[in-house]
Amino acid sequence: MIGIIDYGMGNILSVKNALEMIGAEVEICHNPQQVTNVEKIVLPGVGAFRDCINNLRSKKFVEVLEEEVIKKGKPILGICLGMQVMAKRSYEGGENNGLGWFDAEIVRLKPQDSSLRIPHIGWNNISFKKDIFLFRNIPESPDFYFVHSYFMECKVPDDVIATCDYGGNFTASVQKNNIVATQFHPEKSQDFGLTVLQNFSNWTF
Amino acid sequence: MVLVTSVKFDNFNEIGDPVSQAKIYEAQAADELLFVDIDASLENRCSLLIDVIRSAAEEIFMPFTVGGGVRTIDDFRLLLLNGADKVSINTSAVKNPNLINDAANVFGAQCVVLSIDFKKTQDNTFKVWTNGGTVETDLSPVEWAKEGERRGAGEILLTSIDRDGTRTGLEIEMIKDIVGAVTIPVIASGGCGLASHFVEGFIEGKASAVGAGTYFCFKDENPMQVRSQIKNAGISIRLHK
Repeated sequence: MIGIIDYGMGNILSVKNALEMIGAEVEICHNPQQVTNVEKIVLPGVGAFRDCINNLRSKKFVEVLEEEVIKKGKPILGICLGMQVMAKRSYEGGENNGLGWFDAEIVRLKPQDSSLRIPHIGWNNISFKKDIFLFRNIPESPDFYFVHSYFMECKVPDDVIATCDYGGNFTASVQKNNIVATQFHPEKSQDFGLTVLQNFSNWTF
Repeated sequence: MVLVTSVKFDNFNEIGDPVSQAKIYEAQAADELLFVDIDASLENRCSLLIDVIRSAAEEIFMPFTVGGGVRTIDDFRLLLLNGADKVSINTSAVKNPNLINDAANVFGAQCVVLSIDFKKTQDNTFKVWTNGGTVETDLSPVEWAKEGERRGAGEILLTSIDRDGTRTGLEIEMIKDIVGAVTIPVIASGGCGLASHFVEGFIEGKASAVGAGTYFCFKDENPMQVRSQIKNAGISIRLHK
């Protein structure tokens, strides 16, 4: 059973539909208690960092995530803002602290090519490390859908499992033990996106 | 809800079920879908294309922008929770520009698309029109686009009412002006009739994206063919499969 955290921010329905399309059993976790009953967790996120982390805190998801993910080692997939909130801090709309699971900061994209606009909206191809479970059965240089103005700048290079070039490379995906996350939206990236979700669903950590 | 084509925002022809058509576009490798309820702003309600986008979201795993009669933050939230990735606002943004700021603050700029419909007026200048192209404003499209960006819009959806459905090509000069005036992505639409029109939109207009509706409803045109032409013109576009 995969639990999708509903903390009021995120395209829950699309993530649920995509996971069901690949055959996963899905439960929307409206409250922290439900998170204790699922085997894997998806943390979606659309919007702004400050509201995201504040909502997670006020709805008491932070404690249960620390317990289930950090202490108990449940696999978790963070998507877009759900990835960014795993950093130590973000500079979007002022300085805000994140969950601190990755030694990283969320900073604004600064493409070296001035004709590239922010937000980075649209399809873009990524380069991923070999032998990463998340990208099994996906050919080189696959396109995924991105929609963001900020990205995760990682202090630990090994955490980065995929990058994307938008006037310079930025972090497209990270993994540390049972925690994996993507800046792009797999639930909006058609076949390759569904494959990423399938790989997460099949993952045994 | 029925999918329609229009000419200059009028002369509607029914095409069919929007969700079925969306599935076809997805199979034909469109990059994004824009669902606009064109009646909603006329009747001053948010039609909440909920049923349409919920159905679409069940089987189509690609980005949707949804709009038409969106007036409040709650409208935004409802659409985003039901499958929309981005929400476009048009008439209500002109009536209440603070909506742009509020929506960008709550949902992030990347969710907020400022939709600007423009048409030539009697004195031969381009002005912004609202309410489905029925109400003329005093706004210059370029100045309004700049203000939209200042207030936090993440994208501009620019539509030429004069060229809508005519298949005579995009309004390139205006696209260039808007692209030059803002730093956020601009989606150009209204008028595509040939694959070369799309290419012009990118190369001459410098738009980040080109949107079309009527183009795909007649003859044999489909997104897959257009993207080959775009790619052959040297424009960077997603390679599908």
